[in-house]
Amino acid sequence: MQLQRLLEILEHEGPRPTEELATRLGCSTQEVEEALAEARRRGWLLRYSALINWEKLDVPRVFAFIEVEATPEHGTGFDHLADYIGRFEEVHSVYLMSGRADLTVVVQGTDFREIARFVAEKLAPTPGVKATATSFVLKTYKMEGELLTDQPGNSRLAVSP
Amino acid sequence: MSKRRNCMVNEQVAAMPPSGIRRFFDLVQEMEEVISLGVGEPDFPTPWKICDAAVDAMRHGRTSYTSNAGLLELREAIAEDLYRRYGVQYDPATEIMITAGVSEGMDVAMRVLLNRGDEVIVPQPCYVSYMPCVELAGGCAVPLQTSEQNEFKLLPDALSAAVTERTRALVIGYPNNPTGAVMSRADLLPIAKLADRHDLVVISDEIYAHLTYNGSHTCFASLPGMKERTLLLNGFSKAYAMTGWRLGYACGPAEVIEAMVRIHGYTALCSSIIAQFGALEALRNCEAEMRAMVQAYDERRRMFVKGLNDIGLPCFEPKGAFYAFPSIRSTGLASDEFARRLLFEEKVAVVPGTAFGASGEGFVRCTYATGMDQLKEALDRIARFLERLRH
Repeated sequence: MQLQRLLEILEHEGPRPTEELATRLGCSTQEVEEALAEARRRGWLLRYSALINWEKLDVPRVFAFIEVEATPEHGTGFDHLADYIGRFEEVHSVYLMSGRADLTVVVQGTDFREIARFVAEKLAPTPGVKATATSFVLKTYKMEGELLTDQPGNSRLAVSP
Repeated sequence: MSKRRNCMVNEQVAAMPPSGIRRFFDLVQEMEEVISLGVGEPDFPTPWKICDAAVDAMRHGRTSYTSNAGLLELREAIAEDLYRRYGVQYDPATEIMITAGVSEGMDVAMRVLLNRGDEVIVPQPCYVSYMPCVELAGGCAVPLQTSEQNEFKLLPDALSAAVTERTRALVIGYPNNPTGAVMSRADLLPIAKLADRHDLVVISDEIYAHLTYNGSHTCFASLPGMKERTLLLNGFSKAYAMTGWRLGYACGPAEVIEAMVRIHGYTALCSSIIAQFGALEALRNCEAEMRAMVQAYDERRRMFVKGLNDIGLPCFEPKGAFYAFPSIRSTGLASDEFARRLLFEEKVAVVPGTAFGASGEGFVRCTYATGMDQLKEALDRIARFLERLRH
């Protein structure tokens, strides 16, 4: 059972029928079912979700990358602060970083003002946060491995030797 | 008064039929919403690193001719690659040349190796160019039929029986287009013995070498004593999704390569330098990209071949390339008729097995280098077609 390949397929293609996965990986459906159950139980497989290009739909959605300088706590470093920040609905993801900032927080909102308000009223005043630097996303070119720029169609001939 | 010609084209070429694939291509072109399993190339684009290296070469003014044999750097990289994979050692200076794909390599090889009337044994079903290349070079192509019950392998007894006083060479192409058959080291050893006994040159088209599943590819030149009598043809089209770049290579005895380079120098001068820089990047930095494509083909192969068997088209397990070659005998239709009706009635394009030789009758070639969902849709349509035939 190639567990890593199974998870790669799910990551790129979403849920697939168990029979198909078994055939593709050359194992039994029971092995696939067991691997999936284990992946869920151990928190490797978190959820299935779709990748949507909202910019194309003109749905108002704004992202900002916020570099956060913070004060670490004795014994736990930035873990408590990161967990606290991550609980806000607006927060899309939180990363511990190398480099100048300690954390990078990706925040999602419907417009720039909403994000500005979140930073001013929620994030910046949080105990332990020393400074923030907010950069707004203006346009997305690639996300989750998917290029969003227009790709030329396949030029293959329908029949070739 | 001088006699007027009634045809501008020479008699031999005028008598040469177009490839059976070409005929089918014209039919498919006129239709819309066709799912094509008739394609002989990857559905992946060339890895970006390779494209970028070619663009970079152009930006830095690498747009000149190269030596007739091709960039030495690339020939060195090919020599290293062959040594690493198969343990076979070629001298990049004298035993390797760069060609415009295996197609050019095959043509030039025949012109160099054959004297008028020399016989060349060509196991079938096989790629469409082998026979015409032999004939154009003044040789006599001797088709040798392989069968499904022997997994489309070349059997030593059959080869022995086909050899005559005039046999000069043998062409093998494994992994095979169109059947997907492979020949293991154990299968090839007796063939090597016969090549030695009858003093045959073996032209080995190994373009699908990297696309070998459940095992590893055996390079014919790596068999004991075979390097001296093998002309190895390979290229970048299939493994690195570079079909349109037209880049391949030939490796063989210095005497043969020198003669091939002479012809190539007169007729092609050299292969595209831009493509050569792309190929260099492929060999140096694209193993992971290539492996990922092979993995995808392998998964589709398992799914598609099982699907064909499930809907009632028995298909022997193809262990290489990206083709399935199911038997359609149970339908009672000839290959050509099956492919034509499947195209018109269900808009699925497959290639009749007969395009690849007489022993392809009763089979069709289906490419699984096509997206998983398209393959599934094609299987549904073929199943529907079969259902209708049965009633």
